[in-house]
Amino acid sequence: MIKEMVCVSCPIGCMLTVELNDNNEVISVKGNTCKRGEQYAVDECTNPVRMLTSTVRVNGGVLPVVPVKTAKPIPKGKMFDCMEVINNTVVDAPIRMGDVLITNICDTGVDIVATNED
Amino acid sequence: MLKYDLVVIGGGPAGMAAALKARECGVQKIIILERAATLGGILEQCIHTGFGLHYFGEELSGPEYAYRFIEELKKTDIEVKVDTMVTDILPDNVIVATNNTDGVMQIQATAIILAMGCRERPRGALDMPGSRAAGVMTAGTAQKYVNIDGYMPGKKIVILGSGDIGLIMARRMTLEGAKVEMVCELMPYSGGLTRNIVQCLDDMGIPLKLSCTVVKTHGLERLEGVTIANVDENRRPIPGTEQYVECDTLLLSVGLIPENELTRMAGIVIDPITSGAIVDEYRQTSRPGIFACGNVLQVHDLVDYVTQESQIAGEGAAKYILSGGKNNEYAENTIRVKAESGVRYVVPQNINRSTDKDVKIYFRVADVYKDTSVVVTCGDEVIYKRKKRKLAPGEMENVAIKLDDIAKLSENEITVKLEV
Amino acid sequence: MQYDVVVIGAGVIGTMITRELSKLDMKTVLLEKCGDVAMGSSKANSAIVHAGFDAENGTLKAKLNVEGASLMEYYCNKLAVPYKNIGSLVVAYSQEEMTTLEVLYDRGVKNGVPDMEIIGQEKLREMEPHIGDEALGALWAPTAGIVSPYELTIAAAENAVVNGAEIRRNSGVFDIEYKDGMFYVSTSTGVIKAKYVINCAGVFADKIANMIGDTSFNIIPRKGEYYLLDKIENKFVNHVLFQCPSAMGKGILVTPTAHGNVLLGPTATDLDFDSKLDVETTSAGLDEIKASVKRVIPQITTRNAITSFAGLRAHVVDGKHDFIIEPSKANDRFINVAGIESPGLTAAPAIARYVGEMFGKMAPEYEKKAEFISTRPEPIKMAELSPEERAEVVKKDPRYGRIICRCEGITEGEIIDAIKAPCGARDIDAVKRRTRAGMGRCQGGFCGSKVLEILARELDVPMNEITKYGNGSKILYDKTK
Repeated sequence: MIKEMVCVSCPIGCMLTVELNDNNEVISVKGNTCKRGEQYAVDECTNPVRMLTSTVRVNGGVLPVVPVKTAKPIPKGKMFDCMEVINNTVVDAPIRMGDVLITNICDTGVDIVATNED
Repeated sequence: MLKYDLVVIGGGPAGMAAALKARECGVQKIIILERAATLGGILEQCIHTGFGLHYFGEELSGPEYAYRFIEELKKTDIEVKVDTMVTDILPDNVIVATNNTDGVMQIQATAIILAMGCRERPRGALDMPGSRAAGVMTAGTAQKYVNIDGYMPGKKIVILGSGDIGLIMARRMTLEGAKVEMVCELMPYSGGLTRNIVQCLDDMGIPLKLSCTVVKTHGLERLEGVTIANVDENRRPIPGTEQYVECDTLLLSVGLIPENELTRMAGIVIDPITSGAIVDEYRQTSRPGIFACGNVLQVHDLVDYVTQESQIAGEGAAKYILSGGKNNEYAENTIRVKAESGVRYVVPQNINRSTDKDVKIYFRVADVYKDTSVVVTCGDEVIYKRKKRKLAPGEMENVAIKLDDIAKLSENEITVKLEV
Repeated sequence: MQYDVVVIGAGVIGTMITRELSKLDMKTVLLEKCGDVAMGSSKANSAIVHAGFDAENGTLKAKLNVEGASLMEYYCNKLAVPYKNIGSLVVAYSQEEMTTLEVLYDRGVKNGVPDMEIIGQEKLREMEPHIGDEALGALWAPTAGIVSPYELTIAAAENAVVNGAEIRRNSGVFDIEYKDGMFYVSTSTGVIKAKYVINCAGVFADKIANMIGDTSFNIIPRKGEYYLLDKIENKFVNHVLFQCPSAMGKGILVTPTAHGNVLLGPTATDLDFDSKLDVETTSAGLDEIKASVKRVIPQITTRNAITSFAGLRAHVVDGKHDFIIEPSKANDRFINVAGIESPGLTAAPAIARYVGEMFGKMAPEYEKKAEFISTRPEPIKMAELSPEERAEVVKKDPRYGRIICRCEGITEGEIIDAIKAPCGARDIDAVKRRTRAGMGRCQGGFCGSKVLEILARELDVPMNEITKYGNGSKILYDKTK
């Protein structure tokens, strides 16, 4: 089977052509301009992942919310479950850049970290 | 009057990179004037990731990208004044600025770097008939409400324009619990990065309607809906294709406009296509000692390129200051860079023949092109040619011209164009 | 709540009359259904002070127009309202239209318009170098001018409040009962008792009159659409430029505004009785303006439009083309001030005096107040000051050093002044009309959220309670989390 997809590893957005066998295993990747494209194609066909960004409410900060991200990409299908947890989290100021605000969100093994100060 | 070697107007990614580069090149007394309460510019509200892949080789969020430069600045004695608005640029590089601690300041600068960024095209500029109900706002305004103030500006949303901010907000609003009905794009192609279409629309199941626009807004107080219609090849709505879409919010992502009010006030020549200053390879404008970089010069799609461009301007300003404010005698020695067939504009528009380095010419194309070549010619001579699989208006391109090639150009004009 | 007089409708007419009545020693209340004053025709019109040659000889309209034009500068000085006496030109494009100019000239002379002159092509070109090639001549009326209509309304409202009048916004009138020499005015915020009523309800004046059984006039809304252009277009036009009224219609006008923008419009579309809230712009209307401006000043384009908008004129459908300013036949303590379409803005100062005299005769029991404050202090406008002057102001109050609206250079101090003023701003658009924050080319893209923040802070309410223009025009929903 041949799958076409756009690599989203970086803003260049290469058009990838991915060849899969009957077991859904990647045989070849064409169209990528860097190594990450190949990895992306494999991940996207087996376990698609995304970075998730949002905000977490802060008590006693200058601003009411602080921006956060997943420290690593998480399974695409878990984004809304993670949002649920993020939305129900309140942290106390001060918050420093990189502070871990939620550990191992939704058992993904990935932490939610602050991406600014408050 | 205060005196500085270099005054940088704007403390976003452009201003910070330019100031840091100028310091690295040996400029002593530098000040950054920023109108917002913090450094970082618009990056502070761009909490999504995707910044820094080129420059840092890492995927950072906007605030994280800004933070790296803010931390660098803290290590220097570059001065920063926030909440400070420059209101005038007078002759002889005198800047008038105001804030609530210093009152009104006059600052004498040897060189000035303009890094004021850009603003979004508002509804008024769109000729969009209908009511003036609340709930119609630019995507960037909505981004500030959601990401900084922590409020939802709507629940049921239509987005007009598939610029990157619109795409990013489609995902942000969906993740925060709103229903994004669709993104309408006037053109037959998206103005945003492909990566954003995949991650922000496809992932979220939001339809992108190409060759489609909003022809009317409805609602007396708060927006109640919009009428959309397909457009023909001249971008005129096709009668009979109208469709009512219920929504409480219309977000606009229909283009960015460099904020060149001060530039115009300073009498600097503006390129009608980029709406930014006409500059040379060091980003010096038509006024000696005044440089421009970042989105005030041309609208970028990647902050990484803003940083690179601003470092060029910082280096240029440093050369100017350290050579005692000597005006590079361009007039006769200037090579004009022209944009032709398929290339909408180029930056820089001028190159000094006696320049001291390779020059990268940045450009955007006018349409979507496949399997075409980017060609740079000087008279009949081809000095650069490269094949491209795909070119789109939403993605800035560049060609590098070698120093040796510049020196031997047979004429004072080169042309960047596409060859199908 | 008992008052001597209730004025209904806080447009330029209602506020100017309320100010006039605040000279008398009595309790006056002005009721407005919207969240601010100047929310109807007074904020969406041509902003012109007409010289007075349009109205038919002998009409009340003609008399009050010419009087109003001569009073406008005086009032604008008293109330610190932007006004410029730039004069107007009615431009003719054919010999037939040149003849029409003579008709207008004669009518103007009879109406008492001073110093008019019919000028030829050469003089016209001198005065308006960018005028279209086909223009043959014009009627020059030096007493015409431009004024900021909503600021005149706001200024009159503030001055009336300072002189003891009360203004109740968000108080729409839905019923009026008269018994035992007293009006009982039912509003969305309670019943108001008063001895006299003055009906200045604009396009709704007929509905208000109906409430006391007065069905003597009917008003339809006549929609006019406009473009407001960036200040960079200002270099193309020096005076108010009218086209000649002809069989082809009235044509749109091109004029600088008191703040240095350019205004194009209006179109004229009669709507039905039920469309008195319809201020939607239409593609047909906007196209008509674009087509029409080409003939007047070809260089002007709507590419630099800041915004487009529509307003409604209160047009009486009796064919008399005159203002209705008289005690109602149904109740002689109820004065109708109705059908105040163009030149209503120009006539406003004269109408206020006229109604003041009418009321004086009707209710001689009220004495003049000993101390009436006739002037309104000029608001601080930082963008209009020199750097030295600005420095002085910021020294006294640093909030005038923090610029919120980049495009127009409006500071936090000015926005707070607008909120704290008598009859102060309560929503985003109200701040915009008072300070110009958000009136520039980014249309509040940057400052809108900051103005919202300042409003919420100064009024001590959550951000999501701040509206764009009152009632249901909210901007924010709930907190994200």
